[in-house]
Amino acid sequence: MPLTLTSPITVILGGVWALLMLATAVVWQLAPAPDSELRQRIRSWWLIVALCSLALTFNRIAALLFFGLVSFLALKEYLTLIPTRHADRRVLFWAYLSIPVQYYWIGIEWYGMFIIFIPVYMFLLLPVAMVLIGETQGHLRAAGTLHWGLMSMVFSLSHLAFLLVLPQAQYPHVSGPGLVLFLLLLTELNDVAQFCWGKLLGKHKISPTVSPNKTVEGFAGGVVTTVLLSVLLAPWLTPFSVRDALLAGALIAVAGFFGDLSLSALKRDLGIKDSGNLLPGHGGILDRVDSLTYTAPLFFHFTRYLYF
Amino acid sequence: MWPLVLRLLFFLLIVKPFLLLAVGVNVRNRNRLPRRGPALIVANHNSHLDALVLVAMLPLRLLFRTRPAASAEYFLRGRWRTWFATQVIGIIPVETGGGRPHDEVLGKVQDALAAGDIVIFFPEGTRGEPECLGKLKTGITWLAQQLPDVPICPVRLCGLGRVLPKGDWLPVPFFCDAWVGEPLRWEGDRQRFMAILASSLGGEVSRQ
Repeated sequence: MPLTLTSPITVILGGVWALLMLATAVVWQLAPAPDSELRQRIRSWWLIVALCSLALTFNRIAALLFFGLVSFLALKEYLTLIPTRHADRRVLFWAYLSIPVQYYWIGIEWYGMFIIFIPVYMFLLLPVAMVLIGETQGHLRAAGTLHWGLMSMVFSLSHLAFLLVLPQAQYPHVSGPGLVLFLLLLTELNDVAQFCWGKLLGKHKISPTVSPNKTVEGFAGGVVTTVLLSVLLAPWLTPFSVRDALLAGALIAVAGFFGDLSLSALKRDLGIKDSGNLLPGHGGILDRVDSLTYTAPLFFHFTRYLYF
Repeated sequence: MWPLVLRLLFFLLIVKPFLLLAVGVNVRNRNRLPRRGPALIVANHNSHLDALVLVAMLPLRLLFRTRPAASAEYFLRGRWRTWFATQVIGIIPVETGGGRPHDEVLGKVQDALAAGDIVIFFPEGTRGEPECLGKLKTGITWLAQQLPDVPICPVRLCGLGRVLPKGDWLPVPFFCDAWVGEPLRWEGDRQRFMAILASSLGGEVSRQ
């Protein structure tokens, strides 16, 4: 389906740009200091939205390169944060090489390989590379932390990209980039909604040891907002019935919440606040894709099981 | 002339894209970097990438004025390496070791600074163990004493020893930090000067 000015993706992306302009105007009023965190955060949102818009409207190769780059930056940030062994330098190099390979399987639409390459083959191969080097001190920790990183930053995030290549012939109004846009929008707006509802009404801490800012009220507000948005957006971008749109919204809201918490637990364990400084105002790239590492695979399988 | 063209192409087409994509150097307090020569940039040393990072984080117009001081023993070995190091990168070869007087070892560095160049200088003298600061040699105090008007800009590099450590040729991507410190000037007290320099180059680097 060729992209035109009236395609659902163009219209909704236009809406996102309009929303961001509005948010920019509001934040510029609220935060007069030019380098305040809120302003930095909005600036970074512009970068994210511009890059996503380009990736989703240009062509499939551009989109695969973009999501591959996101996986690479996320894995690099993760490996920078965790302690790694000097002996594993070659192994880490192989781990990075799995990124182009994983995205290549998506490019050639080989679902069977896409779904087992990292959980099976990389899982078995990287420890082989480690034992061939011969360093046994800290082997389990090194193999375990590396595979956790590959699963989250490469395997999970690459499900976003596989949405692009799901066969859509049976649903004329649905496109791969549309499904990706639906997932990205709901995941990120769910984060924003949970944050805003939490600020407005938050009283009861939901997980005081992992993330003291999360509240029951913020979580509930996020779920309701995301389910509503899902029902609103689903007819434009997805083949979902109203019932499935409700379910997809709830799934994304709950999964996004736990993805966020899972990365918060990691950061707490490492004793850091932000995962990096790639995105001023947000922190690192992991601070932005944390929810996606949960929503992407779960939404993908929900959609694939019910519709493709 | 054409080694300079090669230097420009090498930095624009290889070093900068590589540092941007494979490494990702996060420069803190960039505004403290020198804007013109003469200036001394001093940094801790763990990797061959250190000098390239320090040259690449200055504005492009300073590329031909910026020269890393580097070990003659290592870089003037073999015809091609010598040509690449001295002509393309533009290093100032320094004969390290041997307990010779400072003016003999660092004379060329002094000349370059006197001519208005920006010199990149590693006071440890060599690449040490990854991510820890070795003992600083006294050459830097001699230089500071000789040229008290030249601003000294300390930069603490963090992470490059993980990307490309001593003794390895395969770079592995990690994010890195470069902390530009407050400019230093010679005030006559050698011990105090060394202590300030060591603290701006060493110590535990927090990522926050």
